[in-house]
Amino acid sequence: MPIETLIDEFIAEHKADLDNLPGYSAKEFSSDQDVRWCPGCGDYTILKQVQNAMPDLGYAKKDIVFISGIGCSSRFPYYMDTFGMHSIHGRAPAIATGLKVSRPDLSVWIITGDGDSLSIGANHFVQLLRRNVNVNLLLFNNEIYGLTKGQYSPTTPVGAKFKSTPYGSIDHPFNPLALSLGADGSFVARAMDRDPKHLKEMILRSHQHQGASMLEIYQNCIVFNDGAFELFTDKKSRPTEAIYLEQGQPLIFGKEKDRGIRLDGLQPEIVELGDDFSKDDLWIHDEKDHTKAHLLSRFFEHPPKGQSVTFPRPFGVLYAADRPRYDEDVVNQVEYAKANHGEADLDALLEGPETWVVK
Amino acid sequence: MSIKDQIQEEVTIRFAGDSGDGMQLTGSLFTNTTALLGNDLRTLPEFPAEIRAPAGTVPGVSSFQLKFGSNEVLTPGDECDVLVVMNSAALKANLSLLKKGGIVIANTSGFDKKNLSLAKYPAGVNPLEDGSLTEYELIEVDVTKLVKEAISDMGLSYKDEERTKNMFVLGLLYWMYNRPMESTISFLETKFGNKPEIAEANVRVLKAGYFYGETAEIFSSRITVKQADLKPGTYRNITGNDATVLGLVAAARKSNMPLFFGSYPITPASDILHGLSMHKKFGITTFQAEDEIAAVSSSIGASFGGSIGVTSSSGPGIALKGEAIGLAVMLELPLVVINVQRAGPSTGMPTKTEQADLLQAMYGRNGESPLVIVAPSSPADCFEMAFEAVRISLEHMIPVMYLSDGYIANGSEPWNFPKADELKDIKVRLEGPRKDTESQFLPYIRDERGVRRWAIPGTEGIEHRVGGLEKEDETGNVSYDPDNHQKMTNLRKEKRDRVADFIPLQEVDQGKEGGEIVLVGWGGTYGSLRTVTHQLRKEGMDVSHIHVKYISPFPKNLKELLEGYDQVIVPEINDGQLVRLLRSEYMLKATPINKVKGRPFGVQELKAEVKKAIKTPVS
Ligand code: SF4
Repeated sequence: MPIETLIDEFIAEHKADLDNLPGYSAKEFSSDQDVRWCPGCGDYTILKQVQNAMPDLGYAKKDIVFISGIGCSSRFPYYMDTFGMHSIHGRAPAIATGLKVSRPDLSVWIITGDGDSLSIGANHFVQLLRRNVNVNLLLFNNEIYGLTKGQYSPTTPVGAKFKSTPYGSIDHPFNPLALSLGADGSFVARAMDRDPKHLKEMILRSHQHQGASMLEIYQNCIVFNDGAFELFTDKKSRPTEAIYLEQGQPLIFGKEKDRGIRLDGLQPEIVELGDDFSKDDLWIHDEKDHTKAHLLSRFFEHPPKGQSVTFPRPFGVLYAADRPRYDEDVVNQVEYAKANHGEADLDALLEGPETWVVK
Repeated sequence: MSIKDQIQEEVTIRFAGDSGDGMQLTGSLFTNTTALLGNDLRTLPEFPAEIRAPAGTVPGVSSFQLKFGSNEVLTPGDECDVLVVMNSAALKANLSLLKKGGIVIANTSGFDKKNLSLAKYPAGVNPLEDGSLTEYELIEVDVTKLVKEAISDMGLSYKDEERTKNMFVLGLLYWMYNRPMESTISFLETKFGNKPEIAEANVRVLKAGYFYGETAEIFSSRITVKQADLKPGTYRNITGNDATVLGLVAAARKSNMPLFFGSYPITPASDILHGLSMHKKFGITTFQAEDEIAAVSSSIGASFGGSIGVTSSSGPGIALKGEAIGLAVMLELPLVVINVQRAGPSTGMPTKTEQADLLQAMYGRNGESPLVIVAPSSPADCFEMAFEAVRISLEHMIPVMYLSDGYIANGSEPWNFPKADELKDIKVRLEGPRKDTESQFLPYIRDERGVRRWAIPGTEGIEHRVGGLEKEDETGNVSYDPDNHQKMTNLRKEKRDRVADFIPLQEVDQGKEGGEIVLVGWGGTYGSLRTVTHQLRKEGMDVSHIHVKYISPFPKNLKELLEGYDQVIVPEINDGQLVRLLRSEYMLKATPINKVKGRPFGVQELKAEVKKAIKTPVS
């Protein structure tokens, strides 16, 4: 379904709420707490874009909840003037599941990092995606443990030297998007702190998606891992090293928009647009195509410093599909039982199937 | 030979067979019929941790013991009067539990060469034939053959025929103890409603067993146990886990709040998950989480959103939940944590009982992390204490640990259940909407009991943040200030301690206030302690019994009460845990009696230990 239709549907569904909305400004979502990230940290941009996106959600402030785990990014809820919980390491998806299942009326956001969600909380992360609980997960990936002062994380590339890997990491990293697709995530997307406009758009897309939305955000940790994503985020190299995905559009990148990706069967190849190949020969992005989303998630090279990738790193929505949401089904079962399993008579329940009387 | 009619005050029967022989069902059906006749009773199911341990072997034996009587029955009995054994392994595993002179009813087809060798009897030895059972009354019945005779015309498979064996034995015992078959027949007809031929086969075999008792004259007497002198009222039979489920549902109703139950399967707590899952129409949401941590975390999330968050497990799972329980202490949200204790440490003995998680409940989290601990004392008492756990948690915004154990969770007893409107209302204090946008909302402002209000999302003007970091009182803002941490630590402890003003005072269960000796127990040992106290008092000793159901905080009068006795004896199914709490809280001299064998205290064994303890008081 094209994005416009999705948005129209969403607006129709939430019309009453939207009409009654107090017109919020982004500033109203900023809490009275001093923000305590290091100066220059990528978290600031993300916070700003989330606050910018909030007035467009169609939800009243009282109905929005941010839940985080532990780590630099997990301080996030303190800075939002909504309901929030800064919980324990890795468990935000489990806490959010309990909240959403019992309060489907709320807009629930999970704020987490690569250590929080892909190491200590990896189990809850994949279970949330497989169950397809209708919440939005923002994964701040900085490929490092910041709060504990610089150990390698489950997304750090092999060879990286940090405090706990003085001889270089020998630990094969996760590919978060491939992992999410493997867990049957129904919405899998990527954005970066250095492109705020696209980031805000992705935050809104996450919200509009009905189901578990997994948005990975490349976030620069200026103190411990500065420049980890520079190849993709720097304005100079970005055109050739990154590619922005748009639904229904051909896969084009390059400084002059002169390169494209075409599919030979299931084999992607880079082509120069010109005499031999035109736009019509290229791979057309389809968010609903799980197989192609997998191929895109595999554009995941870690070239040595100073070198380029063969296939550009994709940003945007790799995959978005509609499938049953766990929270809705839980509620439906309870409602069904209420409607069809007879009166909820506590006396009858206490009495049980067989009784006897002592005189 | 003529059959005598005999009246007995109490009888203990033990059904034992292979895990596949249906002994638990046989025991439960006998129990229900017996309950309906108005006997008092207690049951002790014992089964292997493996679902199907190798057939015919001693580790594969599954047993169900039941004591019933016309007097008060508080334990499932130390030794049994009748031992039913479906095979030779069952005899080997259980003979030591049979009274001298007791009756063995043996299924002879379970004593063939193959079964004897599986049970590891030496070659050529058959205990039914070698005279080793002369101290007992041995009744041999070829159940397999008799079952075949009863239903061979139905053309069932060998397997289906074999599966009805337990009904033959049940019918035989119904005849022997003068019990009607109706309740069991209607159970079978419902259970096999869509397989009428299986229902018919089971009913036919049940009746065949009954009539075999009548006509074969294998028993010298037929026994009647009269109705017990229970308090007048309407009764049902209930297990501890089922009573826990009902207590939770009732508390949800009485507090008018939805209940969210997040759990992960674990023996012996899973029946609570199964039970609650059936009561969705009461507005109960159950969530089978991916692990113990997600189970408790989802409950905390639900609780933040305004549901009664409840999670359940057994010791190993509680260990995993520890960090999250600490979060609930910090957030000051309601949370009920059910621990159906089993023998530990580590995986321990999953199907065996123990009460060794009290200190874990008390201290098993990082930091100063006070919570409330309550412990039911019997299967039926699980209802009241589960209700109390929810009440305290909601009214005091504090996690409550509920310590049941495998023995009372699976055991059953008659329950004089209450009427819904006799149950007290639970008063929840919700934060209301706020129009004032100038002043700051204070999520941690407290009332005179030190309790904050429940401020749930969706309420206008009270948007606020909570977290596991130390916070400032009232504002809830993060604070690392040294004096503030001291203050908050004190506030959390005082809030827990003040719960003592809202729980019943400690009563003396039996005996009197003050005197020579008091037995102090908690949890599932109630029946054994009560019975022993009763017997010692009959022998003329000055012994009283106090059973503590509220452990953290203790009832306000407990200290004074205990100081009124010359000697305090604390029997526990652990290595001495309540005794340590009493000593450290009250500087009390107390004598421990401890046992960790995965089984409850036997009455005679406990009585002997108490007598020994009286002779050698420990200071
Ligand atoms: S340590 Fe890194 S991730 Fe953490 S706040 Fe500082 S810059 Fe940001």
